[in-house]
Amino acid sequence: MSGRLRAIIVKELLAAVRDPAARLILIVPPLMQLFLFGFAATLEVRNVEIGVLDRDGGAYSQELIQRIAGSPNVAGIVRLASERELADAIDGRRVIAALAFGPDFSADVAAHRPAIVQAVYDGRRSNAAQILSSYIERIAGEYGAELRPRRATGGQTIVRHWFNPNLSFLWFNMPALIVVIGAVSSMAVVAQSVARERELGTFDQLMVSPLRLHEILIGKMLAPLIVGFANATIYAALIPTVFGVPLTGSIALFYFALTFYLLALVGVGMLVSTLSYTQQQAFLGSFLVSVPAIMLSGFSAPVDNMPGWLQTIALANPPTHFLPILEGIFLKAMPPGEVLRRTWPMIIIATLSLGGAAYLFRLRME
Amino acid sequence: MAAFSLRRFRAMLVKESLQIARDPSTMLIAFVLPLLLLFIFGYGVNLDTARTRVGVAVADGGEAAQSLAGAFAASPFFDVTPARTTAPLKDLLVADRIRGIIVIPQDFGAQVAKGGGDVQVITDGSLPNTASFVAAYAEGVRQNWAAARAGDRGGAAAETIVIASRFWFNPELSSRFFLVPGSIAIVMTMIGTLLTALVIAREWERGTMEAIMATPVGMAEFLATKVVPYFFLGLASMALCTVVGILLFGVPFRGSPFALLLIGSAFLVPALGQGLLISAAFKSQFVASQVALLSAFLPAMLLSGFLYEIPSMPRAIQWVTYLVPVRYLIPPLQTVFLAGDLWGMFLRHIAIMLGFGAVLFALAARANRRRVA
Repeated sequence: MSGRLRAIIVKELLAAVRDPAARLILIVPPLMQLFLFGFAATLEVRNVEIGVLDRDGGAYSQELIQRIAGSPNVAGIVRLASERELADAIDGRRVIAALAFGPDFSADVAAHRPAIVQAVYDGRRSNAAQILSSYIERIAGEYGAELRPRRATGGQTIVRHWFNPNLSFLWFNMPALIVVIGAVSSMAVVAQSVARERELGTFDQLMVSPLRLHEILIGKMLAPLIVGFANATIYAALIPTVFGVPLTGSIALFYFALTFYLLALVGVGMLVSTLSYTQQQAFLGSFLVSVPAIMLSGFSAPVDNMPGWLQTIALANPPTHFLPILEGIFLKAMPPGEVLRRTWPMIIIATLSLGGAAYLFRLRME
Repeated sequence: MAAFSLRRFRAMLVKESLQIARDPSTMLIAFVLPLLLLFIFGYGVNLDTARTRVGVAVADGGEAAQSLAGAFAASPFFDVTPARTTAPLKDLLVADRIRGIIVIPQDFGAQVAKGGGDVQVITDGSLPNTASFVAAYAEGVRQNWAAARAGDRGGAAAETIVIASRFWFNPELSSRFFLVPGSIAIVMTMIGTLLTALVIAREWERGTMEAIMATPVGMAEFLATKVVPYFFLGLASMALCTVVGILLFGVPFRGSPFALLLIGSAFLVPALGQGLLISAAFKSQFVASQVALLSAFLPAMLLSGFLYEIPSMPRAIQWVTYLVPVRYLIPPLQTVFLAGDLWGMFLRHIAIMLGFGAVLFALAARANRRRVA
């Protein structure tokens, strides 16, 4: 290592950790996010209140209500006296769903006629409503099957969920967080470190120093890389131990893919910083890049659900490649071939973005 | 401190507004971010699953097994990769090429003849949402197939209990409908809290704060000029989100614009107060931006109830949600778009948001006064 390179590396590392508030900011928020995301970001529906307007009052409606009240997803039943009260309960968000039994419900069941329950859901929360409706249909279906077992459809569907037998969202969220928080913090740190020097006018001093351009760039890359590695290592240690999510794959593959992921992120952050003159621009620019990057990664919604042209755009997005790798390494013991197949796009992104940033910096110098 | 002077206030307001208008990054956040969010939410964040790729392993060459395999292939919900054994499909499952395996076992035909006929479904649990979807729809395909076969032989039984479901406000269950109010919340949080925190921290960092203190401008005037332009900027980008949401994404707007204006204004009060407080406490732009991200943006995404249901969260986190103002923004926003004007609910939420705003402004004023003194 040349003396110049060592000097700039020492300078960058000191700059990153000198301010005590900034030092704290590199460690505390990622940890808080881990806990917050881990527990808050669930698409399951639990503890909801369901309204019931029972005009029947017969044994069959009572039994069905009891079964719904007994579901682990339902916190309680709110008795409603009229259609009007039902509408108010939904409008005012007291309940997310309400079931209305007509006066003939039990008579219909007893007479082997299809007995109809009107179910009203709050479509303002369409996702939760939809999930809840599938719970309720399942309960009603099971009760109906018990009342009158059907012939000929005796077969069953035996379901096994591999890699995550209880379909725990925590198991999905935790590996994904390494991807998400890595993207947000690495890009912000890179973009900010260049823009800060530029805003304070010290970047010109760096430019007229004997440092070569690639040495300045390596120096600027190093701090975010170290922060990224440190955070990912802390996460990878906490996730199996504290959160009980299995780490079935290889640690070596994890670091291999992580290296190129961080390089790709740093490259994108550098590109943003070459375009910004102030810290505010750099910060807002990196935010503007990282939000879509996370949304298109498959964390919020599966990439498969996106329209084809958007899936093509998402190929240029490093988190889209790293998310399946991490889910694979944590839950599926993903073999090296598969990890490699998903790593090379990140290598290309890193090469192009770092090359582009170096080119733009040189353009600025002349 | 000098009394509040309207003339000085106006001069500072002009200076501040010019600065905002000249900085492309502010305009980026106020007008490009809303469009980007709507666009991503409209196309990218689609929770309504389309076709899912699954493998179907048929070990039984008999008529019943082939007919069931045909039913899976014909299903609009599945994109089927056929195989004779499960072994090759397992590799595809690990490689994320398929999301589930449906196994029709060797003795399936014999079991069906005896009135049974079990099918095995293996899902990719690493994506829990998709996994439950695959399980539920595979069960549906099998049931329909069995019912149709029973029907062929006479006497298909109808369901005993029928749930007639209706989804109010959003009958087609389009996820765009709840994502538009969510994007408004995020954008207003970014403008109210993040931009305000950044601009004041910048004055400290560059040393221009001392310059301002040396002028006759009082602290109240200074803070007011920082707050007022962002208040209007926040409302402008809310209007942009609303118009684009309605025109481009067909989101209904069943309430009144006046109600929306009141709700948005009420939320901007605590959002701006939080920004002022952050910048008073941390004088560095980097720290202020990260704190704003953590205390404002993340709660808007995670704890507001817009993406994730609050009752489903652990009790401790539910308590935290009561302390984030954006929690009180989402229900009236969703209501004004999808349901209509429900003033009882609006006024209650508006009052709570203003209460938060009063506390945050008081704290920010105290923090700033101490530094100036």
